[in-house]
Amino acid sequence: MILQIIDICYLVAVVLFIVGIKMMSHPDSARKGNSIALSGMILAILASFLTPGLDNLALILIAMVLGTIGGIYSAKTVQMTAMPQLVSFFNGMGGAAAALIGLVEYGDLPVDDIGKGAVLMSSLVIGSVSFSGSLIAMGKLQGVLKDIRINKMLGFAVLAIAVALAAYILTSGEPQPILIYVLVVLSLIYGLMFVYPIGGADMPVVISLLNSLTGVTAATTGLLYDNKVMLMGGILVGSAGILLTLLMAKAMNRSVSNILFTSFGAGSGTAAAGADGDQVAKEINAYDSSILLAYAKRVVIVPGYGLAVAQAQHAVHDLEKILEEKGVEVLYGIHPVAGRMPGHMNVLLAESDVPYDKLIEMDDMNEKLPNTDVVMVIGANDVVNPAANDDPSSPIYGMPILEVNKAANVIVIKRSMSSGYAGIQNALFFDPKTRMLFGDAKKVLNELVAEVKNM
Amino acid sequence: MEAIIEYISINQQELYIFILAIFVGVEVISKVPTVLHTPLMSGSNALSGVVIVGSIIVLGKTDPANYLALSLGFLAVLLATLNVVGGFAVTNRMLEMFKKKPGKK
Repeated sequence: MILQIIDICYLVAVVLFIVGIKMMSHPDSARKGNSIALSGMILAILASFLTPGLDNLALILIAMVLGTIGGIYSAKTVQMTAMPQLVSFFNGMGGAAAALIGLVEYGDLPVDDIGKGAVLMSSLVIGSVSFSGSLIAMGKLQGVLKDIRINKMLGFAVLAIAVALAAYILTSGEPQPILIYVLVVLSLIYGLMFVYPIGGADMPVVISLLNSLTGVTAATTGLLYDNKVMLMGGILVGSAGILLTLLMAKAMNRSVSNILFTSFGAGSGTAAAGADGDQVAKEINAYDSSILLAYAKRVVIVPGYGLAVAQAQHAVHDLEKILEEKGVEVLYGIHPVAGRMPGHMNVLLAESDVPYDKLIEMDDMNEKLPNTDVVMVIGANDVVNPAANDDPSSPIYGMPILEVNKAANVIVIKRSMSSGYAGIQNALFFDPKTRMLFGDAKKVLNELVAEVKNM
Repeated sequence: MEAIIEYISINQQELYIFILAIFVGVEVISKVPTVLHTPLMSGSNALSGVVIVGSIIVLGKTDPANYLALSLGFLAVLLATLNVVGGFAVTNRMLEMFKKKPGKK
């Protein structure tokens, strides 16, 4: 009887997961969707406590209390800008949990059950890769880890050894309590080598992929226990992550294999050299900028990661409001991969109550740009780099961009002349139409608000 | 090889679920607008914390005298809880920014 009740709970939980994700596809119902998915998760957890013969209850509860405190604390205190890192971190924890389950379970598995053994090995390997990969992705987003180049072949060699070792452990016909740890270490190293050489600009794609990997490990763990809620939930996440990965890669006009298996920085040396030489960018001050802005008919703001770093989302909204009072139409041009995650800019601007209908997506915006008087680029770089359209030697050649150089004037707010996350120069800064306004985005925007007010 | 084929035939049901779930996931998710990509990524990340069910079972079935397995299992429950709770909390925080939107000028 109790087993049937557990099964029914799992079934309901799966339905709640699907309905929850479905509802998250609409801004109005998204929060409710999240709550519904959460209630499915709570139901699944309660049901798992009904499993007959469950021991160590005190330990389980202590671990859950600690995890809950840690999870809520970090989610509540994290800065808006650090959210992608935190998601990556949580994702790594899920992968680690799956790998740990595999490790414990290995001790109990009959050595001749090769089918289950293979499932276990895959949870172990994928979980470990997802764990170390997510932590590296987090470090890179945080800016703690610098880009270094690791030979891809070396990474593949490590992976090949890991797979061969897993096959050996499976077929050896006896328990391998030491080799199983070697397998974990090899997988951790592979995860590290897999993510480390990938450029920061491609991190959203990588996190999305790692997220999907964690889903797959949840599913393989489900196979291990014939547990359908883990199987279904894991696969849902797995396909979500893969789909999101493909969507993002498509937006950057790059193939996923290209991102994963060639370093972004490679070959950009030649592209940068030409622009570096004798060209000089023209500067502008806040006062002149404010005049340009206040007398424009239409101003388009292109936000990027720099806006997030400077926490300038409220300042930019203030500027938008004061310009609207002066009768200027203000729109935001949102590039799909601006920031560090898909939709990063939307979330950021929503925080400061910028209305939805002012956020215009790339394709629609590119139609409006030729009729725009001033484009203000705030902390964005690669997503407005014309080299993507006209320099075949550039590593970002072919990526769709916001064609801001079609507008009448361009103001670029930037802290310095340094290159963007892709590590390449931007010819836009040297365009005759472009003026550079140097400084921290928040400070500069506040100055602009003050200048426009005084007018 | 034989063992793997045998495994597949024994677990046909699971494999059907596996394959159908892939299609369900793609169908449900393909309709999410870009605006919600980050929250969705975060939300699905929270769902991948469903391994917590496995962690609870594994720790619950561990021999209380096996300290190594016990500590690994403990860690598994803790990390999975972190994934679930943190994941949902951070998603909720992102989505909070989307409420109270309509109606405002």
